[in-house]
Amino acid sequence: MHELSIATSIVESVTEAACKYPGARVKEVRLRVGSLASVVEDSLQFCWGLATEGSPLAGATLAINKLPVIVHCDACGTDSEIAGVQSFRCPKCGELAADLRQGREMEIESIELEEPDTPTPVPVEERV
Amino acid sequence: MTTRIVELRRGILKKNDELAAELRTRFTSAGVLVLNLVSSPGTGKTAFLERTLRELRARGAKAAALVGDLETDNDARRLAASGAPVRQINTHGICHLDAEMIGRHLEAWEGVSLDGLNYLFIENVGNLVCPSSYDLGERIRVAMLSVTEGEDKPLKYPGLFNSSDAAVITKIDLAEPCGFNRDLALRNINEIRPEIRIFETSAKTGAGMEEWLGYLAEARPA
Repeated sequence: MHELSIATSIVESVTEAACKYPGARVKEVRLRVGSLASVVEDSLQFCWGLATEGSPLAGATLAINKLPVIVHCDACGTDSEIAGVQSFRCPKCGELAADLRQGREMEIESIELEEPDTPTPVPVEERV
Repeated sequence: MTTRIVELRRGILKKNDELAAELRTRFTSAGVLVLNLVSSPGTGKTAFLERTLRELRARGAKAAALVGDLETDNDARRLAASGAPVRQINTHGICHLDAEMIGRHLEAWEGVSLDGLNYLFIENVGNLVCPSSYDLGERIRVAMLSVTEGEDKPLKYPGLFNSSDAAVITKIDLAEPCGFNRDLALRNINEIRPEIRIFETSAKTGAGMEEWLGYLAEARPA
């Protein structure tokens, strides 16, 4: 159950990034998560609610783009997506393929912001 | 209201990954080989490590251990009997160690400096899921399973086995009474992590320890 730590890390990171857009509200946070990343989606969604509660990210949705595993096969020289994570064999030639090209990602891809149409006035002390 | 998409392309555990990278640089320049031992509770990490520390010491190598546990210091006290410096990390409910904890405990560890060590073992909290996401700056991640746990463990926890550099099977002295299917276990490990080094060991009888110690000696920075 490390999904709460993960959710907390995402909140910190996104809050920091969103600071550059004063007045904006974070509508959605989009993740790329590999099938081998040991992240349970339902559990992360549950923890997301807890981690954002009472924070500037409250109400933001979490969109998780789950990435399949891609291996490179030395025997036939091709990259292929494998079905599931139970056997790391090249689907084309059946050889074991140790070279992982995708599947362990844990990344915040982007955030969607909602900004007011009139720009927020620059605080007085920052005016030159 | 207008909508804006901001690309971040940032690792979720960026902070941990950065700290782990700093630790790895420190370990490399100090010439210490760092291993992260991961298994479920009850696999026998502590018994295996206890024997490893004792044998290394007998060979004149300097080894130390950081031991993760939710609440107790029982494992650290057991390991200290080997004569090696051991430090307990209590996570108080957190299910994994992270790079910040390792850095903090290395800092506070009186009488132990990385420069004086050949090996540093990190015994993670007993858990096969969460530790696989957290880089601790180790050179070698070791996935462990005992003959009493079932041959399909690698299939159930591919995230850990696929990210490990070595696999250690423990308690092989119990293989027969447990009806352990060795071929199936080896095949399952290989399906999940082709080409991984596999060691079949018993901390009780010492079986497989020579091969394991040979591997450690080879992996040690020159």
